[in-house]
Amino acid sequence: MTGATTAIAGVGYTDLTRRSGRSVLDLAQEACRRAIDDAGLRAADVDGIASFMLMHDSVPCQAVASALAIPETRFGIDLQLGGQAPCYLVWLAAMAVMTGQADAVVVYRALNGRSGSRVGAMHFAGMGAQYRYPIGYDAYMMYVAMWAQRYLYETGQGALDLGAVATAQRPYAVDNPRAFKSKPLTLEEYLAEPYVVEPFRADDCTVEVDGACAVVVTSLERARDLRHPPAVVASGAYRAGPRPGLDIGDHLLWQDYTRNYTSWLRDDLFSRAGLTPADVQFAEIYDCFTSTVLMGLEGLGLCERGQAGAFVRSGATALDGALPVNTHGGLLSEGYLHGMNTVAEAALQIQGRGGVRQVPHKEVCAVTSGALMDGSSLILTADR
Amino acid sequence: MPPVPDEESAFYWDGLREHRVVVQRCTTCHAHRFPPMPSCPVCGAIGADKIEVPGQGSVYSWVRVHRAFNEALAAEVPYSIAVVELDEGCRIVARIEQPDAPSPGERVTAMFADHGDWTELRFRPAPSEGP
Repeated sequence: MTGATTAIAGVGYTDLTRRSGRSVLDLAQEACRRAIDDAGLRAADVDGIASFMLMHDSVPCQAVASALAIPETRFGIDLQLGGQAPCYLVWLAAMAVMTGQADAVVVYRALNGRSGSRVGAMHFAGMGAQYRYPIGYDAYMMYVAMWAQRYLYETGQGALDLGAVATAQRPYAVDNPRAFKSKPLTLEEYLAEPYVVEPFRADDCTVEVDGACAVVVTSLERARDLRHPPAVVASGAYRAGPRPGLDIGDHLLWQDYTRNYTSWLRDDLFSRAGLTPADVQFAEIYDCFTSTVLMGLEGLGLCERGQAGAFVRSGATALDGALPVNTHGGLLSEGYLHGMNTVAEAALQIQGRGGVRQVPHKEVCAVTSGALMDGSSLILTADR
Repeated sequence: MPPVPDEESAFYWDGLREHRVVVQRCTTCHAHRFPPMPSCPVCGAIGADKIEVPGQGSVYSWVRVHRAFNEALAAEVPYSIAVVELDEGCRIVARIEQPDAPSPGERVTAMFADHGDWTELRFRPAPSEGP
């Protein structure tokens, strides 16, 4: 470890539901309150807040500061981003703590993502929108599918490889009380599903939910005195590769649909941590759709190019495999809190709080946030 | 739902209205670009010529939509959308008019679908070149 000085000290969730019947602020304050309490801190100890939203589907940090009666917010960030944000925000929070700008930062994502504004059907504003929506290229799923198709073609993979991800993650969900989809899934059942947007079937897609999730970032020194073992923030990286387009749905300027942001940030991520892909013991890979798991595994160098599907099919990503992946069942099964819950799951596992899903080797985890042109990643480690 | 052109893109939609495909070309590095924007995403230079292109290209990737997200298109599923790489090097996303899914590398040619107050660029398989 190269002098990591910050950690995730606590995590918090609301229930994940179809219809919360509650305001987004109520969800946000509950998740933040639970995370702060989980860490063994009080709201008065928190002096930083960070969050993200898409098309105003959440509440700004100032609202949470008010709802939690935070005395003063010394560090605050509201990002207009989707699933690219969680690792990035944790890394920004860690940098704020490292540089003395904040002592404890709560990072949250809250939304009525099923009963309210649904990302799956959301029209993203931006200069690129005029070329997509009028022609029926009108759902985020289609953009990820467009990349997946080229990726599968160039790497010689296909439906069995996407299906491998969907079926490999489900057993974790069966053992996860939070998971929205917890019914076992066989490859035969997967293949029998009709296409929604080819190459994706229903079980290639995340499940939209109402809910919120939060984590607390503080100094490693302080975290050592708190309730749970620290999940050390060993490194983080954000990357938008060259020509990332005009808005979140515009990928026309991106050259290579077979390599997403993970390929571009990998070297920064590992060199900052003083680690290599071979050191990673488990991974929580952002999975709004199955293809992003395959692309993330290859992009981070956790398996060879074109081999991700075979890797998953071999059982390597199961709890008893060489590299457990998406140990909460992923966004595919647990629910779509835009990857905030992906980060929280990584922290819980590092802290040894994975329960029946606890990975046997929990020293080094790679986490990702995002699917296409831009995104972010963290390396979390045990304290050592 | 017709497109809402902006200050950068009005010429493109005007071109389609006349059944012409017009894209920008950087005045400095000569890279063609799409979507329309004020400067070149390859070299960063400001300024562009507007160039009419023949609308020939090949399929880079594609999806086939089996469930419409927009009610107005419900009767048209399944339909295919492709990212087409024009022979000039820039890419455009458009419907592909053919009964089956397209394939990567497939040659396509532009066609125009008039919708009353706007015209949509589509592509269809290019006629095979003669012997």
